[in-house]
Amino acid sequence: MRLELKGITKRFPGVVANDRVDLVVESGEVHGLLGENGAGKSTLMNILYGLYGADEGEILVDGQRLELEDPGDAIDAGIGMVHQHFMLVPVFTVAENIVLGVEHTQRLGKLDRERASAEVAALAERSGLPVDPDAKVEDLPVGIQQRVEILKALYRDARLLILDEPTAVLTPQEADDLFEAIRAFTDEGRSVIFISHKLREHRAIADRISVLRRGRIVGTADPRTTSEQELANLMVGRPVELSVQRPPATPGPAVLQVRGLRVEDALGAPVVEDVDLTINAAEIVAVAGVEGNGQTPLVRAVTGLQAIADGEVTIAGRPVNGATRKEVLRDGTGHVPEDRSSDGLVADFSVAENLILNLWDAEPFARKGTLQFAAINDHARELVSAYDIRTPSVATTAGSLSGGNQQKVVVAREFDRPIDLLVASQPTRGVDVGSIEYIHTQLVAKRDEGTAVLLVSSELDEVLALADRVAVMFHGRLVGPFDTPISKEAVGRMMAGADPEEVLGTAPGGQP
Amino acid sequence: MSDEQGPREPTPEEPGHPPDVPSPGDGAVAVSEEELAQAEIEAAKEREEEAAGVTLDATFSQRLVAALTGTSVVVTVLAFVSALVIGAFIIALSEDAVRESLGYFFARPTDAVQASLEAVGSAYLALLQGSLVGIPQLSETLVSATPLILTGLAVAVPLRAGLFNIGAEGQFVAGGMVAGLIGFALTGLPMLVHLPLALLAGIIAGGIYGWIPGVLKARTGAHEVISTIMLNNIGLLVSGYLISTTLFRRPDRADPISRSVEESARFPRLVWWEPSLRVNASLLVALALAVAIFWLVERSTRGFELNAVGMNPRAATAAGMSPGNTVILAMTTGGAMAGAAGAAVILGLQYRLTIGFSAGLGFDGITVALLGRGRIGGTVAAGILIGALKAGGRNMQAQTGTSLELALVIQALIIVFIAAPGLVRAIFRIKADDLQTAQVSKGWGG
Repeated sequence: MRLELKGITKRFPGVVANDRVDLVVESGEVHGLLGENGAGKSTLMNILYGLYGADEGEILVDGQRLELEDPGDAIDAGIGMVHQHFMLVPVFTVAENIVLGVEHTQRLGKLDRERASAEVAALAERSGLPVDPDAKVEDLPVGIQQRVEILKALYRDARLLILDEPTAVLTPQEADDLFEAIRAFTDEGRSVIFISHKLREHRAIADRISVLRRGRIVGTADPRTTSEQELANLMVGRPVELSVQRPPATPGPAVLQVRGLRVEDALGAPVVEDVDLTINAAEIVAVAGVEGNGQTPLVRAVTGLQAIADGEVTIAGRPVNGATRKEVLRDGTGHVPEDRSSDGLVADFSVAENLILNLWDAEPFARKGTLQFAAINDHARELVSAYDIRTPSVATTAGSLSGGNQQKVVVAREFDRPIDLLVASQPTRGVDVGSIEYIHTQLVAKRDEGTAVLLVSSELDEVLALADRVAVMFHGRLVGPFDTPISKEAVGRMMAGADPEEVLGTAPGGQP
Repeated sequence: MSDEQGPREPTPEEPGHPPDVPSPGDGAVAVSEEELAQAEIEAAKEREEEAAGVTLDATFSQRLVAALTGTSVVVTVLAFVSALVIGAFIIALSEDAVRESLGYFFARPTDAVQASLEAVGSAYLALLQGSLVGIPQLSETLVSATPLILTGLAVAVPLRAGLFNIGAEGQFVAGGMVAGLIGFALTGLPMLVHLPLALLAGIIAGGIYGWIPGVLKARTGAHEVISTIMLNNIGLLVSGYLISTTLFRRPDRADPISRSVEESARFPRLVWWEPSLRVNASLLVALALAVAIFWLVERSTRGFELNAVGMNPRAATAAGMSPGNTVILAMTTGGAMAGAAGAAVILGLQYRLTIGFSAGLGFDGITVALLGRGRIGGTVAAGILIGALKAGGRNMQAQTGTSLELALVIQALIIVFIAAPGLVRAIFRIKADDLQTAQVSKGWGG
């Protein structure tokens, strides 16, 4: 299917989200859509999927003008979308999820489960996306759930598939499988719009890349002849430093010591088991892993947010077991939480208030139970200029800043006080390239000040660029840390559960 | 596609590429650093000017609270206006003359219109005169406003912590009962001791009655809406029983009316030389408590926690705050305010306890807090406004025969309009960011 967008303009009060966007997706093409957060990618795709109406412009499918009132119209026109967050019913089976809304019924409205199951099995077979049609979705790993989402679109005979950040939740190997499926899909003359902020992936899969910046298409590139550096520059609008300048570490004494840590979920099932980890002053240890393998509870337990079921955690000799979150933070731990908007910031609070969110009742920001607004604002103005936070004023609500600048608020708050240990979870998630560059530099600077840094990231590139040692988490257990350099392929295989001895040919080492 | 190095310059057959885009491959800078920074700042400004941010992953209560307090001042004022307009139709239709003229509406439509205008005009004029024009009327407005300010605060403080305190009515009863008991059971005390003691007892009783649902919420997760509704019933029924026991009941009466509060426990009138003016010192107490609450919510470290927990409990926890303690603090403070309202009514106005002495003043607090958009100053202003509506309503009934219930209808309509800001926006064609609206409606559905 050939898709053409002509002069699409979408205005929100005060903002032009899409400004006269022209885009052509040829039949059988994988069209990469690249842009920073807030560049207008999601708005454009939501228009194409019928969720928003465009203020101006038209959508042509195979030369026919298309009127989209709601997603139903888009589906009828053969447009399918796989959202970043899956839209599946967890307690339904794969087949039930796929046929949901277009299901075949027998007499008295009874669902024809066998037919659904058979059809889904045949579709999965045909499209090279094997799934068990009778498995419950909640029992499936994320990579397979994504397949279900894609099959859902294919079942509705999608001839154009929109994939919104599809690789964010996948291991590198799963991503390769996905890419193969995408190729099989386009070989049938279907088209794909592939959205990602990972430059490397665009170069791997896209036939053509359109770059969006501030609501406009600023260029279309051929991935075979364009370097990642050029793409990054085009996306940001200025030359960007992609690699991190990182002098070798000079580790000091042990700061974080974790011994036999076990953390349980609400039902008492172990989510972190038997984890040992030591991080020394002035070194960055990264924990790599596909999300959901226990990194989140590990970080929460280490920083005093979640109960330790068994084992021992100390930071600079102070026990974390039994300490409150407030004590852990005040004693010298900084924590950049993985989910900025839900854990890191109060969106309706001002930038100044967010910058003292964890020091709200400490001198000089409070005296005798009363907030000292003069001190709070002075502090905020200092940090805004020191950390290059782009905000109209310190009284602006944090929620109105761009994602990158919101993250800078969190980073400024956690970095700008004397700390022994810095825990940074997914510090650059959903952050634009320019801010990533900045946050990476700050992380290394913090290390060079003598802080022990625990970096948790599912982005392999980030892990390998920053870490002095790398550990991998899989199913609640930690392997490593291993000294760097270590090959990306080795880490990727361990992320998928491969035995480290097999991967590296040696026993796990690197413990100092 | 292209055999050049780097992204191509836009070509004429590819429309839409702005002609000013240089090729970054040449190392050219498309937008200067400063321009970019400026653009980000502008974008942030614009986003800030947009309506309240309601996030999708907020809990139901949070979305509810955000929806109720996040509306703009304009929407709040228009909600009030809309309620008055609908009230006008109700007045017109309840007027005999209007109904008669509607019988021959198509023959002489002007009759119906004229009769309606007259009815509405005289009713609203009486409403206005009865609340604002003249010293006695102003006094009555302030008398009505005093408990409303306090019960408004009783709802507003928990609202800021993300809690919907429906229990002001029960807390009001608890405060009034205990204040009244101290007021008539102790005798022979000087006023300087007796009155503050009775008031304080009422505040503490209300506070304890608010603390209960707070603790239940913090420790067991019991939803405060459910528990406060049930505690209202318990409070009202138990108070009815207690008033008929010998502990409370007047010895010389068989019906459930309590003994009278001692003179030493009564709030002195503010205009003592003019006995018809009922405005009393409880008004000053209400205003002083409002100032204290303003400090607590807007200026103190506790208030910082309270607001943070109300807007994002997860981030508050991650910052080292304790949402549980904050919930308890907010509910206890709210209960204390409702208790003060109960004490103010018993010690300042009624002097004795009767069954149903709360008369819905606790529920009125919900209207007041919502009309005040959860802000402390706004709640005080809204308390006076609703107080005027009540005082004027009584005058309206006396003067024009329009039922007093109309004031209640208007009050109820105000809540409906505030709770449905989309409705107000639609009526007055105020543009809302459709992204935000979509999010809210999606959030409510899910």
